[in-house]
Amino acid sequence: MSKFQFPPAIKSRPVYGTLEDRPGKHHLMIADAEGAEAILAIASPDLMTKTHIIYLPRGTDFAPKLRKLGAVQFYEGPSYAAAVSRIRRVLQDAHMGLQVYLAGTEGVIGQAQNEAIKAGIPHTAIQTEHRGSVARRMQCVHCKGITEDVETDPFACSHCGLNLFVRDHYSRRIAAYQGVCIDAEDPGNVPAPKGIYE
Amino acid sequence: MSGAEKIAVRVTEVTPLNDLVTRFRFEPLDGGLLPTFSGGAHTVVEMKDGDLIRLNPYSLMSDPFDQTAYTISVRRDDEGRGGSLFMHNQVAVGQEMVISNPVNLFSLDLRAKKHLMIAGGIGITPFLAQIKQLDRAHGNWELHYGCRSQALGSYVDYLISTYPNDTHVYYDDQSQSIDLEDLLGGQPLGTHIYVCGPKGMIGWVRDKAAELGWPREVVHYEEFLAPKPGKPFEVKLATSNKVITVGEQESLLEAMERAGVDAPYLCRGGACGQCETQVIDYDGNFIHRDHWLEADEHASGKKIMPCVSRFEGNTLVLDR
Repeated sequence: MSKFQFPPAIKSRPVYGTLEDRPGKHHLMIADAEGAEAILAIASPDLMTKTHIIYLPRGTDFAPKLRKLGAVQFYEGPSYAAAVSRIRRVLQDAHMGLQVYLAGTEGVIGQAQNEAIKAGIPHTAIQTEHRGSVARRMQCVHCKGITEDVETDPFACSHCGLNLFVRDHYSRRIAAYQGVCIDAEDPGNVPAPKGIYE
Repeated sequence: MSGAEKIAVRVTEVTPLNDLVTRFRFEPLDGGLLPTFSGGAHTVVEMKDGDLIRLNPYSLMSDPFDQTAYTISVRRDDEGRGGSLFMHNQVAVGQEMVISNPVNLFSLDLRAKKHLMIAGGIGITPFLAQIKQLDRAHGNWELHYGCRSQALGSYVDYLISTYPNDTHVYYDDQSQSIDLEDLLGGQPLGTHIYVCGPKGMIGWVRDKAAELGWPREVVHYEEFLAPKPGKPFEVKLATSNKVITVGEQESLLEAMERAGVDAPYLCRGGACGQCETQVIDYDGNFIHRDHWLEADEHASGKKIMPCVSRFEGNTLVLDR
């Protein structure tokens, strides 16, 4: 099962729901990895006649199953960076009534949600469902560099190398959690890394 | 004192526009400047009609940045409780009146990439101010305005001549109507809808938007309800320790005010939520008419909006 039961946290941490088929003439579904399962769960032949799927397999093998759903358009890409220009173009040409569905890891959900908000969809009207890895997209508060898919706390910033504590403090604008230097007072005194929800 | 802050004004123009609608211009008595407001705001006008003080909300239709005067347009309602008739028959140039500071329950969402305005009849008034505001900010807007006939189309000539490309007018008596499905279907992402007009029109637009998948957050509407007359009923006000009788022609809120109880209010039209009152005890039926409380709150018997809602039965005790 690709669903994770998130423990309670501060209000800043995003909360994800369960996708449902909503009324609308056009549907845009963006997912990565196990997010495919959330799309498979709501896909109906009728819905697929109005749907554009943008999918990033990231090493999983769900793509053939998604392709078989027969969506009006199906795109499979190697990374979010590769897909983002397509996402922007679809949103730019879209009309009101478009339904946006985001599923998979927090990094992809958060970044795609940002594009949809910028295009004029209220964030409360964008459906999201978390599936798969609970790795986080982190921003180092010191150098501002982004480290993708962080699985442990603490971790080393991929830009400046500082040892960063993984906070629940989330920025919708940056689509990332905040990472703060854990050994500033006592350099080198870094706790052993553990899983984020361990 | 409840409600928004008051402003003493003088009526400086009374301009009949057509058979039903008259425009009133208010300038401050002290010769100073009025507060600016945002498009969609209303003012509550105090009308001293003999012993009765009526407080009716009217949308401000003047330029929100014009601080020298406010204007409102009032549609005469011969069947109503008399507020609009008072304005039409008893208010003359030179008269002193009291109005409230502007309150906005129908403001533009400036995050919108496009503002789609849908007006019915006198519902045009808040849009006149919003259009002035958007025009100044080079905003992207479009107006669809339904009127009964050319003769009753308030401000149609002004709108068509000033904004010929953005104004679309539909006359009922020429069997013209808004093709809503087509209109909503073609709007770019980021469009917000604003609708002001008769209840049926608001419901029609909201339902169609929901059916077409528009988020409810982008559909804005304003409908002022006038309190409806009803059978007189008795109310015990627990905090003030008073028993009052609500007359046939007055609202529960007005009856409380008449008894000297300073009850909170803002819009007096069932929309803003300010006058929400806790029910301590009751034996009878509520006649809820607001669109503030949710259906389950209406059914709970624990809350009432005294500006528009009434009661029928033996006992009603309110925490006021």
